[in-house]
Amino acid sequence: MSSESLREKYGEKLVALGESHKEIVVLDADLSSSTRTGMFGKKFPERFFNMGISEQSMVTAAAGLALSGKKAFVSTFAVFLTRTYEQIRQSVCYNNIDVKFVVTHSGITVGEDGATHQIIEDTGIMCGLPNMKVIVPADTVEVSSLMDYLVEKTRTPYYVRLSREKFPVVNQPDYKFIEGKNTVLRDGSDLTIFCNGSMVGHALIAAEELKHQAIDAAVINVSSMKPFDRENIIKYAKSTGHILTAEEHSIYNGLGSRVAEVVSEEYPVSVVRIGMRDTFGKSGKSWELFDYFHMGIKDIVDAGVKCFLEEDKYETVS
Amino acid sequence: MDWRDLQMGEYSGVTGKTTDFNDDTLLKISKKAREYIIRMVYEAKSGHPGGSLSIIDVLTYLYFNEMNIDPTDQNLAYRDRLIMSKGHASPALYTILALRGFFPVELLMGFRKINSKLEGHVHRGVPGVETSTGSLGQGLGIGLGMALAAKLDSKSYRVFVILGDGEIEEGNIWETMMAASKYKTSNLIAILDRNRVQLDDMTENVMPMGDISAKAASFGWDVTEFNGHDFRDIRRAFAFASQKREKPVFLIANTVKGKGVSYMENTSKYHGSPPANQEEFEKALKEIGAT
Repeated sequence: MSSESLREKYGEKLVALGESHKEIVVLDADLSSSTRTGMFGKKFPERFFNMGISEQSMVTAAAGLALSGKKAFVSTFAVFLTRTYEQIRQSVCYNNIDVKFVVTHSGITVGEDGATHQIIEDTGIMCGLPNMKVIVPADTVEVSSLMDYLVEKTRTPYYVRLSREKFPVVNQPDYKFIEGKNTVLRDGSDLTIFCNGSMVGHALIAAEELKHQAIDAAVINVSSMKPFDRENIIKYAKSTGHILTAEEHSIYNGLGSRVAEVVSEEYPVSVVRIGMRDTFGKSGKSWELFDYFHMGIKDIVDAGVKCFLEEDKYETVS
Repeated sequence: MDWRDLQMGEYSGVTGKTTDFNDDTLLKISKKAREYIIRMVYEAKSGHPGGSLSIIDVLTYLYFNEMNIDPTDQNLAYRDRLIMSKGHASPALYTILALRGFFPVELLMGFRKINSKLEGHVHRGVPGVETSTGSLGQGLGIGLGMALAAKLDSKSYRVFVILGDGEIEEGNIWETMMAASKYKTSNLIAILDRNRVQLDDMTENVMPMGDISAKAASFGWDVTEFNGHDFRDIRRAFAFASQKREKPVFLIANTVKGKGVSYMENTSKYHGSPPANQEEFEKALKEIGAT
């Protein structure tokens, strides 16, 4: 699997779509070289607003632009957007207007910058907002298709979570993003790994290794965190009976929590969650951090194997 | 029905694109508006009369003499926009919109009730409202976005933003003060309701504000102060705002919290409380001169 930068793709798509969609405006808060919105700013300076290190002003101005018929893309690092949670709530979501928050540098893959910059709770925060939809793309193919969808088909608030790191390309070139639909990247009959973002690549490798241990694991990309594909989750809860979740996010209020909610309401099976616990991140290389926080490929494999060990033990006792 | 009915003392809306009233007529309208504000909060047994009474004269002038609006076409592309950033002054805004003909005045009595669109704080679902507000500090940024959109689209509309004086304690305001100066949004006009009282206490006790005029000027805005209850002075301030210029405009309306009802004036007690009983209610109506 070759790796590509999701934020680079975001910048390219903004420029391409900006050409044909004059209603697009872009706002950034002094991070446009990192978020890649600077590419749009260079091409369309009159429609690009560098608001300085003033996220509250950026979000409210985006609301005003959207209320005046513009499609506003707002970008900064994920961690800094959350300081404007209340502006997002009141001025954007309550008005239910066309503002797209596309944030970069989420999660622990920010790496060396450390805990202050590694937000692991943002998806949960945003999913809680009425009218907000939340997408966590897995690769550049998904970002590309998602951007077309957001620009051409939607007029309401979205939160799109991107990262600093390059991610392996996991989707087919003809993949089309469909809101509220999971993508089965690998089918399986013993165990289902629901994952998103950076963890999709990890899960696919882990599934290969599990196969060597005679465990047939499905890998499903849950990029659409809200709306959530309950149907697909219930279907795989029934067909495989074992669920693992893997996310570069806190397991509290994240993908793991949401999957557990769905199966406990509809078809209870055990859910093992891999992700950040109740802890801040730390400085390090991102691959080191995955291991440090027990979110690496080996951790997924071990958790998968353990599902069946536990089951054997249980059967022996009874 | 038109404004003539209102002059005869009926509760009817004023429709039609433009009006140009003399100060006596504006006074009659604002008196009627004050009456509705008191009736609304008393009927709802909650709401914010103090800051509604302080800004109602300015609002009356804006909606009847200044703004380019048409109650029969609320989505008019070139209409002037007004954002009530101090969203708790909803009784004032709802009343003036109704009197101006955006919706029937009879609906005002549904304020804060379960089956009404008239939410406790300013709600975009109400005809004539440009954006929901209620959490302080956000309206100026929204106004900036609207002003930027006007420039992008080469439209000549203006954006008026009403700010509370307690509200400018919010950092969001000063971020936007900088940004509006950067983008030279001369079509953005902030109006500060300087009534000197906020929820807990006098503004100077809660957070000393210093020389607001000098602060706004140093952020790159053109500033003037005026008496927010004197229509002649209000007229002068908006004539100043209409002059051709490069900078955004910051108007400081010196006002009295609770203006027109003696026991509500200059106190935080009626910031967020209606008349306490029938006696207070009737006293308020009498002092306003309700008919």
